[in-house]
Amino acid sequence: MKFLLTPAVVVLAVFAAALGALFRWSLLEFIPGSLRPGGLTLANFRSVLAPQYLDTVWETVLLSAATTLLTLVLSYPVAYALARTPSRRARSALLVLTLAPFFTGAIVRTYAWVLVLGNAVVTWPLPMLFTERGVLVGLVHFSMPSMILVLAAALSHIDPAYERAAASLGARPARVFWRVTLPLSMPGIVSGGLIVFAWTLSAFATPELLGGGKVKMIANVVKDLGLDSFNWPGAAAFAMVALALTLALLAGLGRLTAGRAA
Amino acid sequence: MSLRLVVLALAAFLTVPTVVVIAVSFNPTAILSFPPAGFSLRWYVNVLTYPQFQRAALNTVLVTAWAVALALPIGTLAALALERARLRGRNLWAAALLSPLVVPGVAAGLGFLILASSLGLLRSRSVLIAAHVALVLPFVVRSVWVSVKNLDPALERAAASLGATPWRVFRRVTLPLLRPGLFAGALFAVVVSVNEFVVSLFISTRVTEILPVAMFTYVVNYTDPTIAALSTLFILATFLAVWVADRYLGLGRVFLQH
Repeated sequence: MKFLLTPAVVVLAVFAAALGALFRWSLLEFIPGSLRPGGLTLANFRSVLAPQYLDTVWETVLLSAATTLLTLVLSYPVAYALARTPSRRARSALLVLTLAPFFTGAIVRTYAWVLVLGNAVVTWPLPMLFTERGVLVGLVHFSMPSMILVLAAALSHIDPAYERAAASLGARPARVFWRVTLPLSMPGIVSGGLIVFAWTLSAFATPELLGGGKVKMIANVVKDLGLDSFNWPGAAAFAMVALALTLALLAGLGRLTAGRAA
Repeated sequence: MSLRLVVLALAAFLTVPTVVVIAVSFNPTAILSFPPAGFSLRWYVNVLTYPQFQRAALNTVLVTAWAVALALPIGTLAALALERARLRGRNLWAAALLSPLVVPGVAAGLGFLILASSLGLLRSRSVLIAAHVALVLPFVVRSVWVSVKNLDPALERAAASLGATPWRVFRRVTLPLLRPGLFAGALFAVVVSVNEFVVSLFISTRVTEILPVAMFTYVVNYTDPTIAALSTLFILATFLAVWVADRYLGLGRVFLQH
């Protein structure tokens, strides 16, 4: 039966080869004006540590953290309704509403926000388009469907009998929520939060279109370096930073889930 | 109840951009106005007659068809092996198969770009298709794996004991029982491939680029509502796919396993 994995291993090998090429080029010298790299060097990683690039990393981490928190808070009520509403019809409608943006691509969703935030019809109290605020709105909107699904899955695993028991012993609804529902949904909160955080760290389309070149996250700088300046070694080094950040986060997630299982 | 109001407001937040895109797509002028100045289909005509979109639509169909046709059998075999083979480190295998999901798009994209250029394949679609196969494979494996887990091996043993050859057992018993997983996997694969943007941006040229890349280039260069019209067509297709999937597969069963 093991041989059935062979074709999948070939696909993974191609994918690994691409990441291997990325890693190798991150260690090669960039020769301006040439697509051919020079010899082995650590210069690319040194320049990634230069202030302008470190600022981008910092900005990316901050935006990702803000996105994760806001997404959590805004997704929870929807997930709760999805998991608990007794009406099959309401659940179905809510599920389709939640999933529809999930199934529409990044470009369509981001373009929609360009229209909403940048139009001349509604005057926003603060400038939105091409600011961090606007990027944040787009990122939260982008992350909500997956967060809702993760939270709803966690909430639907909680036996409502616990909540009924707490209520029948005299706890007010708010207390039932804080002391029973919320703690029991912690696994969903943690994994949803980490998934959204990791995902936002490598966001590209949203900051590219809603940031309009003024707000840059790691992925945007990788694209600038790689596709506009043809500095593949520098772009590769920066992409390796993004990859390392993501893997570190997921290792943390794996540890947390393993800790729970044990 | 106030929770209901909050949920309604949040559902509105999720939906508003979609509604705005659809409204703008029928706007007769290039400059947005509200209420709309009238009703016009000129941006739809634009979408359908813009040569680059025609080319990109064809590329999308080609790349997605190839990617799904390759990933579906590959992922199905892998899911069968994951559940049934005597594997050491089953969890590691599963993690490896799902790993393309967690690699940042720019890292994978740039990696494939460098790989393609070192192989001299920058102008061909092969690297684009290979990348799409790798990116949709996790979705196929995950969906089919659930179906394999729910499949009672006694049914296959019964068929075999009644004299069916292994191939016949696979064709007549295993595959039909895996159908829900195969459908869900194929649906995910199509949706992911059709919408894949970042990796495709790195490894396509004007000749091979798929729709999301062409749309991105258009949005960056022009501000008229043509993209709103194209987006509306995308949203319509997506809603149809989701509705059909919910109707016949029960999305609740796929996403919220009680």
